[in-house]
Amino acid sequence: MVDLTTRLGAMTLKNPIMPASGTFSEDLAGVIDFNTLGAHVTKTITYEKRGGNPTPRVCEVRGSMLNSIGIPSKGIDHFIQHVIPYYRQYDVPLVVSISAHNADDFARICQAISVPGVDAIEVNISCPNIEDDGKAFAMRPSTTQQVMTRLRGASDLPLWAKLSPNTGETIEVALAAQEAGADALVVSNTLLSMAIDIQSRKPKLGNLMGGLSGPSLKPIALRMAYQCSKAVDIPVIGCGGISTVEDVVEYLIAGASAVQIGTATFINPTAMPNIISGLEDYMIRHGIADLTELIGSVRDDDAADSVVFMETAP
Amino acid sequence: MANSDTYAGVSSPANGKVFEVETRVKSNTEVNGEYRLLILDAPQRVLDCQPGQFFHLLCPSTLENAPYLRRPMSIYGYYPEKGELHFLYKVTGEGTRALAELLPGDALNVLGPLGKGFSIAKDWRHLLLVARGVGLATLAPLAQEARRRGRKLTAICSARSPEVLMSVDLFRGMGAEVITVTDAEGSSGMENIEAIIQGRIDVGEVDALYTCGSNRMLRLLQKIGAEHGIPGEIALEQQMACGLGMCQCCVRSFRRNDQIVHERVCREGPVFDMQEAMAW
Repeated sequence: MVDLTTRLGAMTLKNPIMPASGTFSEDLAGVIDFNTLGAHVTKTITYEKRGGNPTPRVCEVRGSMLNSIGIPSKGIDHFIQHVIPYYRQYDVPLVVSISAHNADDFARICQAISVPGVDAIEVNISCPNIEDDGKAFAMRPSTTQQVMTRLRGASDLPLWAKLSPNTGETIEVALAAQEAGADALVVSNTLLSMAIDIQSRKPKLGNLMGGLSGPSLKPIALRMAYQCSKAVDIPVIGCGGISTVEDVVEYLIAGASAVQIGTATFINPTAMPNIISGLEDYMIRHGIADLTELIGSVRDDDAADSVVFMETAP
Repeated sequence: MANSDTYAGVSSPANGKVFEVETRVKSNTEVNGEYRLLILDAPQRVLDCQPGQFFHLLCPSTLENAPYLRRPMSIYGYYPEKGELHFLYKVTGEGTRALAELLPGDALNVLGPLGKGFSIAKDWRHLLLVARGVGLATLAPLAQEARRRGRKLTAICSARSPEVLMSVDLFRGMGAEVITVTDAEGSSGMENIEAIIQGRIDVGEVDALYTCGSNRMLRLLQKIGAEHGIPGEIALEQQMACGLGMCQCCVRSFRRNDQIVHERVCREGPVFDMQEAMAW
């Protein structure tokens, strides 16, 4: 028997596998058993109803994909009336992802979504802050600290801050989120990217640019998860390019206490349950009784702190 | 994830049961200069399909081609009695180039059946479909279903030239009346197609209109449908990622109750009400 449970602050998950926001919805229940998952993470919602970006909203690049969906949202009322009750049939924690374009609206939805049935709130601070200069909150420690302080004041539920790879200040942003009261970090969102059709010379996404996800993001997000887990005391949830059991183990060794699987579910809708059973097999094969034997077990003793925390190649 | 045959046993409201299964290639042959027919040996549980539904194919990676996302493809035919699933495709990009390299005996992972198919209301006795090119593939199962339900079907098949007209025999085999129009013979213009349909309407032989793909055809059939109060349905395409409704990539705009609404082609579609569809 191996123990797949993992602790995220006050929460205990039955296993460390959960979906990444935006790659999961009730629609997947037609293909997999939702009770197998460690947590359910819903697609980011905003307070108001809003449409998304122009199509094409997705394109593929070698071994990965770009998306620019634009957070279409049916609004918080629809979510509270229809989505939260749906997930009550499962014995799995529900994590609701929220976003807003300014700190006031962010605090408003954070308070409004803190209702029974919601176990944690993932705050998508990787979206543009319209009130400031349009740069994502999570690009800078100052804006991260400001918005996280407002969010902390708005809810008593666990707050997971979803960080962005589009920053040169990963560690400072992580520390700012922790300082302002985040209960966990999700590392990370997608990386801003672009693709152009050389025949038509048009960008392949309707919104010109979009987020890179899939296997090619993994080394970048893994590096960030490693740096964050070295820097902060709160749990880190790894996210970025995970499609195999080995990818999960790598993130756990880097310091993640749990992981999110996203784009892999688009390729194989059964990816999450397969990885959960594969992780169990892996632990049995390697004589690992408990996930704590893996989490943060990276052998980096000889590396200097300056190397661990560097942001550019030497 | 070499998972060969997974099903978690949960039904979802719009799609019924969806399965990710490994199928086997029976044959993969050229039909004419442009199209190929892929015949898969598929398990029974994925063969409970509706006309107009699609599968999401995990195209293989080859030396030259490495498609990453799945490719949505309309079902050309489903035959539970033979355990076969048929796809008709045109080689246009990385995914279909990789598909074209599949040999008999090769494995192919498919997800489906997906989406909402064509409807045939109880009082629709005479069905009329208009299709061109690969759109014929999407509409072919409708002929099969029309015959099963004892409805009369007229298929107007359009192509560049008589040599590349496809599925004429298939439609005739399903008991449909086939009218062919081609660019080469100068008979495929919208005016001529309109005249043909008008002739059918005049003798009371059109209760519903069906089409797929083309903007010009959509506009024509919308006009005819509105003038005569004839209902219709259109199968639409859009780039997809998940195919299940999660990612919100494949939305299109529709006109409903004087509002523009966005719906997912993979989930609310790919078949939509003809009058609600918007030309693009």
